[in-house]
Amino acid sequence: MEFAFYLAAIVAVAATARVITCANAVHALLYLIMSLLSVAIVFYTLGAPFAAALEVIVYAGAIMVLFVFVIMMLNLNQETVAREKSWLAPSVWIGPGLLALVLIAVLAAAMAGGESLGSVDSTPLMAERVGRTMFGAYVLVVELAAFVLLAALVVAAHLGRDDRDNAERKRVAAARGRRHPGGEQ
Amino acid sequence: MFGVSTDTLLDIALTAFETIAILLAVVISAALLIWVERRLLGVWQDRYGPNRVGPFGILQVAADMIKIFFKEDWIPPFADKAVFVIAPAIIMFTTLMAFAVIPFTETLGVVDLNIGILFILAMSSLGVYSVILAGWSSDNKYALLGAMRTAAQMISYEVFMGLSLLGVVLLAGSFDLRDIVESQAGMWNVIPQFPAFVIFFIAGCAEIHRAPFDLPEAEQELTAGYHTEYSGMKFGMFFVGEYLGIVLISCLVTVLFFGGWLGPILPGFVWFALKAGFFIVFFVLLRAATVRPRYDQLMAFGWKILLPITLVNVAITGAIVVAQS
Repeated sequence: MEFAFYLAAIVAVAATARVITCANAVHALLYLIMSLLSVAIVFYTLGAPFAAALEVIVYAGAIMVLFVFVIMMLNLNQETVAREKSWLAPSVWIGPGLLALVLIAVLAAAMAGGESLGSVDSTPLMAERVGRTMFGAYVLVVELAAFVLLAALVVAAHLGRDDRDNAERKRVAAARGRRHPGGEQ
Repeated sequence: MFGVSTDTLLDIALTAFETIAILLAVVISAALLIWVERRLLGVWQDRYGPNRVGPFGILQVAADMIKIFFKEDWIPPFADKAVFVIAPAIIMFTTLMAFAVIPFTETLGVVDLNIGILFILAMSSLGVYSVILAGWSSDNKYALLGAMRTAAQMISYEVFMGLSLLGVVLLAGSFDLRDIVESQAGMWNVIPQFPAFVIFFIAGCAEIHRAPFDLPEAEQELTAGYHTEYSGMKFGMFFVGEYLGIVLISCLVTVLFFGGWLGPILPGFVWFALKAGFFIVFFVLLRAATVRPRYDQLMAFGWKILLPITLVNVAITGAIVVAQS
């Protein structure tokens, strides 16, 4: 299990690095999917199979599909790849690189301080315990997240409504003198 | 945790043998299905179907295989080569991986995963990429349209598929498919969970985009949809992948709603094969008997009819389980 953990972790880091450096947007997204899948394996090796499954179903299998869906329609070509490459000039790396170095230094200091970060072989955390924790101690946070999602849903439904389209379609259908096919059912 | 993490070499060899046997059986039955479907469609459409090669035309599969292997494997120069090549492999990989957690009998099966159902949902949600990437990398407008339809259709129907399974999980109290089969010893899940069964079957049909949900490859509108540019064995992988999907959904329906290997007198495997076979034939009948809906009808049907029914089903099942405990 420990070996699998390190292997998956290396794949995750390498894939994430490629997400940043890849000039082709769809290829970058595929690397991001790889990264999410390897993080799922990391979860599994840490004894959280439920979290691993949800990582694949929700992130790799649903959210990333929508990302790919949108990027697919952007009509990417050689020009956009070239432009993306020009944005990845070496001078761009300095700022983020420095910030990342600070984080790595903090992490290294914490690890060197002998803080126990937990071992790789722990007891499996099954769905029941996840559920009990989420709807027990963290029920308020879960409810708040539900509110936010509901608000987003309402906004999306509002923005996506097609009253005007419907009126327009009805007018056209009336002009043609036949019943509008997608009207009131 | 892994069923394969055994300590003796003999066990490893046996497990490897079992795995390969299941893999071969599944792939061969999927390939044979191509012939079965064409013959059955023939019966229902009052014609013969392929009956020339071998007894009853059963060697038609071999002839098709030889043809498909020796065809020119052409990659369009305008395609995104790497993605174009990977796409057909994804559907084969994810579907075959999903078979790993299916318990065929009391003892036969590759892995007993305690997140069995979630594993299958994960694999089926990754299968979407095969179609989307195939459509995108082909750089062809029909392929791209097919891919866009797929993305919306599969993401939507995945929701109902997952939700319809919750009732079964609640009754069994486990994600493990073996536990779910054993929980049906008294009564098959299809009786208390009938709406879930119907919705799972419809959603499963949409997941593997079979007729009447084959909008991603609607041949009258999109030539061949997402696999327009594919030829040779790459097309063959999409083709066999679709039949693997049929076998997978039939096996899942058997396991989740019809008691898997459970049944009197006959051995477990025979029961499993009979039940799964029934649903496979039903898939073919569905193709022969139904028409393809319009795209907006497909979406409206999913979100306005299937979603409320699944939610009510989950709520009622949950209430009953809580009341009984």
